[in-house]
Amino acid sequence: MKPAILEVRNVTKAFGGLIAVKDVSLTQYQGEILGLIGPNGAGKTTLFNVINGVYKPTSGEVIFEGQKISGLPPYEVVRRGLARTHQIVKPLNEMTVLENVTVGACFGPQNLPLEAAQEVAAEVIEFTGLGKYADVLAGKLNIALKKRLEVARALAAKPRLLLLDEVLAGLNPSEVAKMLDVIRAIRDQGISILMIEHIMQAIMSLSDRIVVLNFGEKLAEGSPDEVANDPQVIEAYLGDPEMAKRILEEEEA
Amino acid sequence: MKLLKAPLFWLIVGVTAIFALLPLLSNNITLRETLVLSAIYIILAANLNLMIGYTGYVNFGSIVFFGLGGYLTLWLVGSHHWGLYSAVLVAGVSVSALAFLLGIGILRLRGAYFALATIGVNEAVKDFVSNFDVWGGSEGIFLPFTAYKAMGGAGKALWTVYLLIVLVMGSSLLLSLAVRRSKFGLGLFAIREDEDAAVVLGVKAPLYKTLAYSLSAFLPAIAGGLYFFKNGSVVPEEAFNLNLSIEAIVMVMLGGQGTVTGPTIGAFLYERLRGMLLTIPGLSNFHMVIAGVLLLLIILFAPGGLMGWLYRIWPRLRRVLE
Amino acid sequence: MIEIVSSILDGLLIGLVYGLASIGLTLIFGVMDVVNLAHGAVISLGMFSLYFFFGAGLHPYLALIPVAIIGFLLGVLIYQIAVRRILDGPPLMTLLATFAVSMIIVGIGTALWSTSPYNVNFKVQTLNIFGYTVTSARLIAALAAVLVTFMLYYFLYRTTLGKAVRAVSNNREAAELMGIPSQQILAISFGIGTALAMLSGALIATLFPFTILSGSIYELKSFVASVLGGLGNPTGALFGGVILGLIEGSVAPFIAISWTNVIEFVIFVLILLFFPTGLLGGRK
Repeated sequence: MKPAILEVRNVTKAFGGLIAVKDVSLTQYQGEILGLIGPNGAGKTTLFNVINGVYKPTSGEVIFEGQKISGLPPYEVVRRGLARTHQIVKPLNEMTVLENVTVGACFGPQNLPLEAAQEVAAEVIEFTGLGKYADVLAGKLNIALKKRLEVARALAAKPRLLLLDEVLAGLNPSEVAKMLDVIRAIRDQGISILMIEHIMQAIMSLSDRIVVLNFGEKLAEGSPDEVANDPQVIEAYLGDPEMAKRILEEEEA
Repeated sequence: MKLLKAPLFWLIVGVTAIFALLPLLSNNITLRETLVLSAIYIILAANLNLMIGYTGYVNFGSIVFFGLGGYLTLWLVGSHHWGLYSAVLVAGVSVSALAFLLGIGILRLRGAYFALATIGVNEAVKDFVSNFDVWGGSEGIFLPFTAYKAMGGAGKALWTVYLLIVLVMGSSLLLSLAVRRSKFGLGLFAIREDEDAAVVLGVKAPLYKTLAYSLSAFLPAIAGGLYFFKNGSVVPEEAFNLNLSIEAIVMVMLGGQGTVTGPTIGAFLYERLRGMLLTIPGLSNFHMVIAGVLLLLIILFAPGGLMGWLYRIWPRLRRVLE
Repeated sequence: MIEIVSSILDGLLIGLVYGLASIGLTLIFGVMDVVNLAHGAVISLGMFSLYFFFGAGLHPYLALIPVAIIGFLLGVLIYQIAVRRILDGPPLMTLLATFAVSMIIVGIGTALWSTSPYNVNFKVQTLNIFGYTVTSARLIAALAAVLVTFMLYYFLYRTTLGKAVRAVSNNREAAELMGIPSQQILAISFGIGTALAMLSGALIATLFPFTILSGSIYELKSFVASVLGGLGNPTGALFGGVILGLIEGSVAPFIAISWTNVIEFVIFVLILLFFPTGLLGGRK
């Protein structure tokens, strides 16, 4: 078995009385795509926020490449090689696509000077298919392109682990297909990926393993097949009418 | 030095030279006194733009740097017989360092909280200085006439100080350009657009903001030292005149916040406008009202200011004037 | 000792008036996330309104009614002109826009009334409560502040319109989906916030001399009081006002008045740094 790149150890995150993540542990191995699924409100994004330092865990710790990163501010976490995207996109609106991606390259683990960062950014923009839009203001992009910009910015940091938070949500089928190509290409570069996704077919086909969260707790873990056939997981999803509806819609489509 | 290849670099050098040479060659003291006011406005606006336009933090009390620079300089020159050059440099560095320490605290506040804190800082410093006997309390500091002797008499000293103020003006503009084109500037712009996103992308926002705040204090403090040395006195009401720092915001917004040339153009236009209004009887009492109306109109209808508007209708201009 | 207790009592009473001003500020912030930098200018206008109604022969306490109405209309006007268009833009813009409104009001006020002090002269009695003396004007101002606060609470919690204000404050989009006309509610809220600021200005005018610039001092106090109680939380603002008044009353016998502003500002920054959501907890 390959060595672990990320270990989440007994992480709990509470907001006042509300426990968003409860005693979750998971391990991601190098080079692997690990899927993180669960009904709405299961604590997936909160767990991401704990991993990349937006939140400090109430208890437990996060280990990245053998070093503890929980408690570090987000800019230190990304400098160690762990980048992420946001579920609700956060483009730097009044800056061009190139400038947006340059920020990612400049302040990432390599800490590049401006001009070198611009070169890296230009490459990443081509790689993610944003080449045509390099000089467009980020605020003017449509949602699909903004999602791709999120990925490009994170990728420009040249991370060793990439956290993708619902990069497929809100995209039409052809946009989803393009994004899946991008994700596979990233994996082929040797970058480990931890991704949250609601589109079941996509995550089932992409992931090497899947972790299921429900009400802040880890419900199941295993290969896509194992997870899909786990009665607890099925119950958790069917218990969520919105998710059940979504799965039905996907099957129709 | 890529900066030397930028057309704007040479434009700045040219404008600075014109400011310096025009009154000097014509030996026109009235013109000099008009231009000195423009130059001071440009210095205040350009440095304020580093916070408002580049970093996205509204500093209502930026004048506190100018005032403290003036006080420190006059105190060093008057009470300790320092030369002007060393006094303004020490004033600039000290005020900048003070801003850094202050920034560590108040830049943890965002948006309106920060803006209010900056008003508070200016008012608190004004109250403090008014009660501070070492600096003459509410009477302020007066320079003895002998202070100008070392510089070859008052007449010659005033010319020298004028040229120094113009030099500070040119430096302010070059600083704006250099920051705009640097990695540091890119980090600031990211903070302006979305601080949370910037932090996740690796920008050390707490440090960057504090550095920007401290940097925006340096040249105004030197300018304050030169300006009040030229006047021969400094009093709290004039040194920490909140209205002037608010007018500086109007200048930045008028010209175009976040652009390199905007604040300069805004400062120049505002100074002309103000001069015009002061000569029209009946309107001179209303100049803050007109500044307020102007600010409101810009915010409502042209939030990018004059340069923002020009860049929108003529995008190529942005490459030249930045 | 009696002097100190009297001073604290004075502080408590004036603190209730500060509380009223702070509620005006905090209500607008709570409903639309706008920090109203015209707050101080409006407080000054309240002072001058009372002065002119009193000059026209109206009893100062009766004059509070037209002052409140003018305040409400002025607030709606400010909202429609300066705030509505940019409400969804960067917060920096509403900050600058309300500040521009303040410049306009203070500028016009300065041109019309100069910056020399005015005062409202009417007969003031000294009351003796358990051996401590307070002036009747101070007591009435405090009672009026409490009464207005009660009326506001009645409005917010017992009337349909008030409930709509709370709904919009809580979640504008959801309220709109439920058919609440949010633009009107926002305008009304700005009107009420402004009316409260005018009223507090009017009450202060019955106590102290004032100039067009006086409002800025009370604006700072309103901010201190609101952040003490948690910005966006009306009960907290009243509580913050009382705390601030008590602090002022307790230190007044010992230090020069010119230092109170510095002290209040320091409290303001410390609270913001260490209790960013206030002592009572505010709205995030």
